[in-house]
Amino acid sequence: MMDVFPYLVAGWVFLTGCYGLATSRNLIHAVGCLSVCQAGTYVLLLAVGYRDGATAPVFSDLKPGSRPVVDPVVQALTLTDVVVGATVTALLLALVVQISKRHGTVDPDELSELRG
Amino acid sequence: MSRRARLWLVAVGGAGLAALFVAAALDLPAFGGDHHPYGDRAVHAALTRRTANVIASVNFDQRAFDTLGEMTILFAAVIGCVILLRRTHDEHRGRPAPEKVARPVRRYSLLVLPVALLTGLYVIAHGQLSPGGGFQGGVVAATSLHLLYLGADYRALERVRPVALYETGDAIATSAYVVTGLAGLIGGSAFLANTVLPYGTFNTLSSGGTVPLLNAAVGMEVACAVVVLLARFLDQTVEIEEGNGK
Amino acid sequence: MDASLPLLVAVPLLGAALLVAGGRLVPRPVAETVGCAVSAGTAALALVLLLNSSPPFLEWSGGWTPVQGQSVGIVLIGDGPGLGMAALASLLTLASLAYSWHYFDEPPSGHAGSFPALLLLFQGGMCGFAIAGDLFNAFVWFELMSVVAYALTGHRVEEARAVQGALTFAVVTSLGAYALLMGIGLLYARTGELGMHAIGRGLDAHGCPDALVLAAFVLVMTALLVKSAAVPFHFWLPDAHAVAPTPVCMLLSGVMVELGTFGVWRVYGTVFSGPGGVPAPEFERALVTLGALTAVIGAVMCWYQRHIKRLLAYSTVAHTGLFLIGIGVLKPEADDGIALYVLGHAGVKAALFACTGILLDRYGSVDEHALHGRARELKGVAVLFVLGALGLAGLPPFGTALGKSVTEEAVGGPLTVLYVAASAVTAAAVLRVAARVFGGLGPRPETGSGYETTGSGERPETRHRLSRIPDTMTAVPAVLLAGAVAVGVAPGFAKVVARAVNETGSAGVFTSVHWTPAGVLLGLVSTLLAGVLALLAVARPKAFAAPDRALWLRRLQSGHVGDYVAWVLVGTTVLGALTLPGMLGG
Repeated sequence: MMDVFPYLVAGWVFLTGCYGLATSRNLIHAVGCLSVCQAGTYVLLLAVGYRDGATAPVFSDLKPGSRPVVDPVVQALTLTDVVVGATVTALLLALVVQISKRHGTVDPDELSELRG
Repeated sequence: MSRRARLWLVAVGGAGLAALFVAAALDLPAFGGDHHPYGDRAVHAALTRRTANVIASVNFDQRAFDTLGEMTILFAAVIGCVILLRRTHDEHRGRPAPEKVARPVRRYSLLVLPVALLTGLYVIAHGQLSPGGGFQGGVVAATSLHLLYLGADYRALERVRPVALYETGDAIATSAYVVTGLAGLIGGSAFLANTVLPYGTFNTLSSGGTVPLLNAAVGMEVACAVVVLLARFLDQTVEIEEGNGK
Repeated sequence: MDASLPLLVAVPLLGAALLVAGGRLVPRPVAETVGCAVSAGTAALALVLLLNSSPPFLEWSGGWTPVQGQSVGIVLIGDGPGLGMAALASLLTLASLAYSWHYFDEPPSGHAGSFPALLLLFQGGMCGFAIAGDLFNAFVWFELMSVVAYALTGHRVEEARAVQGALTFAVVTSLGAYALLMGIGLLYARTGELGMHAIGRGLDAHGCPDALVLAAFVLVMTALLVKSAAVPFHFWLPDAHAVAPTPVCMLLSGVMVELGTFGVWRVYGTVFSGPGGVPAPEFERALVTLGALTAVIGAVMCWYQRHIKRLLAYSTVAHTGLFLIGIGVLKPEADDGIALYVLGHAGVKAALFACTGILLDRYGSVDEHALHGRARELKGVAVLFVLGALGLAGLPPFGTALGKSVTEEAVGGPLTVLYVAASAVTAAAVLRVAARVFGGLGPRPETGSGYETTGSGERPETRHRLSRIPDTMTAVPAVLLAGAVAVGVAPGFAKVVARAVNETGSAGVFTSVHWTPAGVLLGLVSTLLAGVLALLAVARPKAFAAPDRALWLRRLQSGHVGDYVAWVLVGTTVLGALTLPGMLGG
């Protein structure tokens, strides 16, 4: 069970975010849901890189070879992912600010300018 | 589409994706397994280049080209927010009145500010040695300035934060990263090649060749970018007012 | 020479950074000149590299050349298709910078360089994606071009539609990008590699494909199909393209969407085409089904639009469908045809958007009905617009016609009919617009069904309504159309393209590409069909307007971000179901 549990958590988090995005009644909430989707990718990447009994891949106070370390590559990827997520969130929130000014609402059900 | 119809679509699509993902998870190698070929090579490569923090080595040496993209995304988001949150023709700029701040809040923030700033700079400077680095430290340093907004008022923050200067700093830091990469191309073998500087002594501040340089450029970029981003959002709440303009 | 491959990304990024740093010191013309110069320099570099890309080469960023076949660095691929896309992206960026020269809306004070800087970042992102040989690196550049595209789409923040369209675009594409990252995670767990070729080898070494490969394939393809706007991932595209500033539309429709298609081709060819990947029949079934659906829905919805930019956006959807079919059949000739088709289409579509931008800036509207007969005075623009429509239909000797005919011969059978029909219907819609707006032909159509986006009440993108059309704004579409013709007629060009594509794509099978009588005939047929349809529609607007029973199709395009996300989820399931059958037995 423990062999796949972290992976399933990642999938669960991703799908929860998707559900929230699809049913959201508030765009700020929707932007949050997108971040939840992204959190699923962090969980998956970090779970993939884990190694039993291993420590962080930092050798300032660890003799190389004395202990196994977790996969540093996925940690670097996750860092990139975090930065990307933060910037996308900032841009989305900027757009939401303007939507609330131009449309007077942040409820996606009430935005009706583009259709057909 | 009605909410009901949408829920059906989500149910069908979500169920399909969930089934697919669960089936895939059962085929994944067991959690905590020992098979990490790329990771093992990365550790080896980091040690040969005398970088103690392997993640810093991956970010600023082995996969420095990814990090170039990453910092450019942040840079693009800053320009994007400057454009999206600009003052439009029907808006005007108000002067925020100072608000009263509770004394414990004021004391605490003014006390913590230098500590936070120093912590941020420390985390940036030790990026290639210990956990942390330009990205993490940059965020800490930038947010520390905003304690002034909590502890004093908006105008005090504006005095230590000339946004134009930070925007320029952001751009200069991005150029510095690219220029270091170009130095690798001209003086070494390839773009972003970490072969132009000596690798130094393992576990010291100057170890790792160009890793500390790129790390510092990223730290400066992130700190400036976060300051500008927060400034744009604060402008919207504090300064820019809708209406017909006085 | 090979080592300068990463400069395709570094040069525009450095240019953008310098423009932002110096933007407040220099006047606007200087900033725009610098933008054009950097963009042109990158384009020149891409062309030089392209000429030297036979045989294809790999470049390891940071100098991490493989030791015993393995590297810790990022690999970049310098081959014909990748460098070709980079060159196309660079040239189109130059075109849109030239188009927006001087006349584009006032920048925020002190940020004279911000718009050209964003376009340069867009160029850098597209070039990076085109030459990426590492899956995670491709994700990074994918995100860069997406982030820049969101900001550019929402550029006109005073327009209610612009900010809504940009948000929809951003949410759907970001969700796709995170799906890509989930896919990368799965592939990394299986193979422990990130380079595309290395992942492909890892999958093959593991043996027969299983559920993990299928899930990774679906997740990765979701992102690329969202980018290339395949049904049902396409909903963001009309909303975004209708509201983005015209120079940005030229880039979005002309090359960014096609980069998604290119990504499908690249990732399938390097990662999933081996024995451990997705079997060819499954890939073919998935792409041809989705592609055909995309072509049909895109063409029908294109016909029903009156908002001219939205109409052009749907024609991009229809053509993407045709591109996906061509890639899906996995034949070297079809790949060659699609390469030529993409080149021709980029010129034609960007020119059409440029002409529409002139209408917007002159009359403050892009509504086919409201503009009826108003643009009679713009004779030159009318000629360009009609030529663009004919190029879209595939009239020889446009490059679109050559690409289409080569692909039609490769796919064969009923799909040929689809190619003719989709290009004819989209071109007919554009010709209908031309006849009404520039010619004032036919009765003025009555106002539509209500459930539609009209395109009136848009604000011009220039400072004031234009009283005289600046030369740059007409020269750019003219040059783009000339380019689209050159793709078809330049002697030997088609052979060079085919050779470059086949060198990477089909393991040394070289095909010859040239005009054939059947291809010319099919091109003429679709042009004729387009003309007849357009004339009938103009003469009898009632009979050819959207019938009530087509309303459900319109209602799908609801502008609601939740709906679009739901469709993305459905799309992943459909993609999985289409790919599943042949992988069960494995």
